[in-house]
Amino acid sequence: MSDHAEEHGDSHYIKIYFVLLALLVVSFVGPEAGIQWLTLFTAFGIAVVKAYLVAVHFMHINLTPRYVIYTVVTCLIFMLLFFAGAAPDVMKDSGTNWVKPAWIEAERAYAAGEVSGVASHGDDHGEGHGEGHAEEGHGDASGH
Amino acid sequence: MSATPIATTRSAAGMPTARLAVWWIIASEIVIFGGVLGSYIMHRLAHGIWADYAANTNPWIGLFNTFVLLTSSLAAVLAHQAAERGDGQRAANLLYATCGGGLIFLCVKAYEWSYEISHGMTITANTFWSFYYTAAGIHALHVIAGMVLMLFTAAWAKKNEKLHRVEIIGIYWHFVDVVWIFLFPLLYIAK
Repeated sequence: MSDHAEEHGDSHYIKIYFVLLALLVVSFVGPEAGIQWLTLFTAFGIAVVKAYLVAVHFMHINLTPRYVIYTVVTCLIFMLLFFAGAAPDVMKDSGTNWVKPAWIEAERAYAAGEVSGVASHGDDHGEGHGEGHAEEGHGDASGH
Repeated sequence: MSATPIATTRSAAGMPTARLAVWWIIASEIVIFGGVLGSYIMHRLAHGIWADYAANTNPWIGLFNTFVLLTSSLAAVLAHQAAERGDGQRAANLLYATCGGGLIFLCVKAYEWSYEISHGMTITANTFWSFYYTAAGIHALHVIAGMVLMLFTAAWAKKNEKLHRVEIIGIYWHFVDVVWIFLFPLLYIAK
């Protein structure tokens, strides 16, 4: 059994829980302003803070042997390596000796307002969406 | 000669073997979820229309489910505390409460998915929805697996047996919570 859990009483965990709830509210309300940098900060920046609080205070990762933290961090670095390796192909519409014509056409149509992924009718949950009116080009292009 | 199996007490790695094992599992899970989420982010950034697709998800449902998982995580860590004090009965009750949180989460997810599927937002509709159902689906499978393991752990804890497992299942459950903390903004908030 853990050799460290007795360091904190129940009240400590309840306090952390309410901090997490407060951060949850901020991460929900912040993006409502519609400002891109604020959305990035409140939605994703705060997600990192929440994950940190859970990892440290609930999972007690800081009290495990150092090599456990190194292992977890190494896996996170692998994630970044994967992103860095794959993104140049996935996120570009063309490169040396290759091109994604379906994607280019789909992006053009989207930019011109000819297609949309937002529901054009129904309630606010997205009724009517997903039936393919903007899918063909994007489906092909992003699933190359 | 002791009748206690060596594997339950040895700590050659500087920590109990079971705790080490769950951290290995979590390390491998980071790569699994990291691959899915990393791929999602690439496509999300590259395709402007994905913001439109994401606008069709219901952020209130995401918010409620995040609240449910955070609350269940609190129950899990309090169960660990109870187990540390040797109070198996309280640990079991808190684990059942954690399972209840998982059940509520899955019921809400079932409602949400049935609504979306009935309105044409299916896994084959386009690549966005493929990612949406794959990422949330893999996460839901982890919730189910955690609940099953937790029910076994609670049954033992109730009899004051194998109390060290309360911490182990708790660590796993918190990780499932952490994954959702990142899925929530990716799938529901960033429009």
